[in-house]
Amino acid sequence: MSVVIEARDVEFSFGQTPALRGASVAVEAGEILAVMGPSGSGKSTLLHCLAGILVPDSGEILFDGARVHAMAETERSSLRRDRFGFVFQFGQLVPELTAVENVALPLLLSGVHRKQALPRAGAWFARLGLDGLEQRRSGELSGGQAQRVALARGLVAEPQVLFADEPTGALDSLTGEQVMDLLVGAAREQGTTVILVTHEPRIAAYADREVMVRDGRVNAPDRIAS
Amino acid sequence: MSVPLTLLGLLEREPSHGYDLKRDYDAFFGRGKPLPFGQVYSTLSRLARDGKVVISDVAPGSGPDRKRYIITDVGATEVEQWLTQPVDPEPHLQTVLFAKVVLALMLDRPAAEYLDTQRSAHLHRMRELTEIKRAGSLVDALLADHGLYHLEADLRWIEMTGARLDALRKEVRP
Repeated sequence: MSVVIEARDVEFSFGQTPALRGASVAVEAGEILAVMGPSGSGKSTLLHCLAGILVPDSGEILFDGARVHAMAETERSSLRRDRFGFVFQFGQLVPELTAVENVALPLLLSGVHRKQALPRAGAWFARLGLDGLEQRRSGELSGGQAQRVALARGLVAEPQVLFADEPTGALDSLTGEQVMDLLVGAAREQGTTVILVTHEPRIAAYADREVMVRDGRVNAPDRIAS
Repeated sequence: MSVPLTLLGLLEREPSHGYDLKRDYDAFFGRGKPLPFGQVYSTLSRLARDGKVVISDVAPGSGPDRKRYIITDVGATEVEQWLTQPVDPEPHLQTVLFAKVVLALMLDRPAAEYLDTQRSAHLHRMRELTEIKRAGSLVDALLADHGLYHLEADLRWIEMTGARLDALRKEVRP
């Protein structure tokens, strides 16, 4: 397998407070990587740097051979829209839109016509057990349903990399695991690489491998032979 | 897993032959480790000796005689007591891992690295159990969950201990 996305010796500070102090990690194509670590360790900052949301103070972010850290904001924005998908913990759905419009959003923003985008988005509802909820708005969905809609939106454009930051953090254990089961199943089917930030070991156990972020550095344990 | 009590529990459901008991035990409780026939019959003999089961009839056939076992009141009481008593919580403070951490600090060895290695091993096992859960039946999933929650509890302990190593070092190396 080849590395699809990589952070090399990345440093990033929020004002005077360092969050990353030389973090390096490489993720292979199709791999599901769990990024773990205590609160404030820098794991979400690392994810945001990898995704081109934050630009490192120093170090490199490489995606598919491209130097993300050196790109202009417009280029990084295109990258995020066209090649990456995102699932976060809270408040991701646009309340004014229906569930199916929310899922279709990345396609619409990429210029896909509404007539093509909505059926593509609709196909995800059966796949994720959301049949019949297409026209609901976010306020009419349970937490688990809303998170599955968010997952569909993260995957609908068939991104190369899905960034998931505590995607089950607001859900109860059973619902959270159902969401993870669907996330892993869909990502494997599409061959999507997943970078999953979580502090929960049971959620990290859905990944192929884990790395620990501690004090802004990445500690990757030796792989244990299966 | 207590084999005698589990077999008694299966017999409380309905009178059964040894073969049927083994089949149900393997299906629900064996989890890849089938109960040997010899152990089934020796256990049933002991239960009969202790008055917890009786043999109701013997059906002759081409193979060995097939005895049908019925649970007695004594056996049923034992099952009832077993089911209603909580399992002793494990004395986690005396785990091997605890001993390793304290010894590592006493000997000025890298306790944090040992904890990292242990965390990685735990997560590896958790991945295996998660895969069993995803691929298997509900029974498999519940058993895997039992293991997963215990491993998760260990991992919490590992995190807390990792965060307190400096303080612990001062206590064990005054």
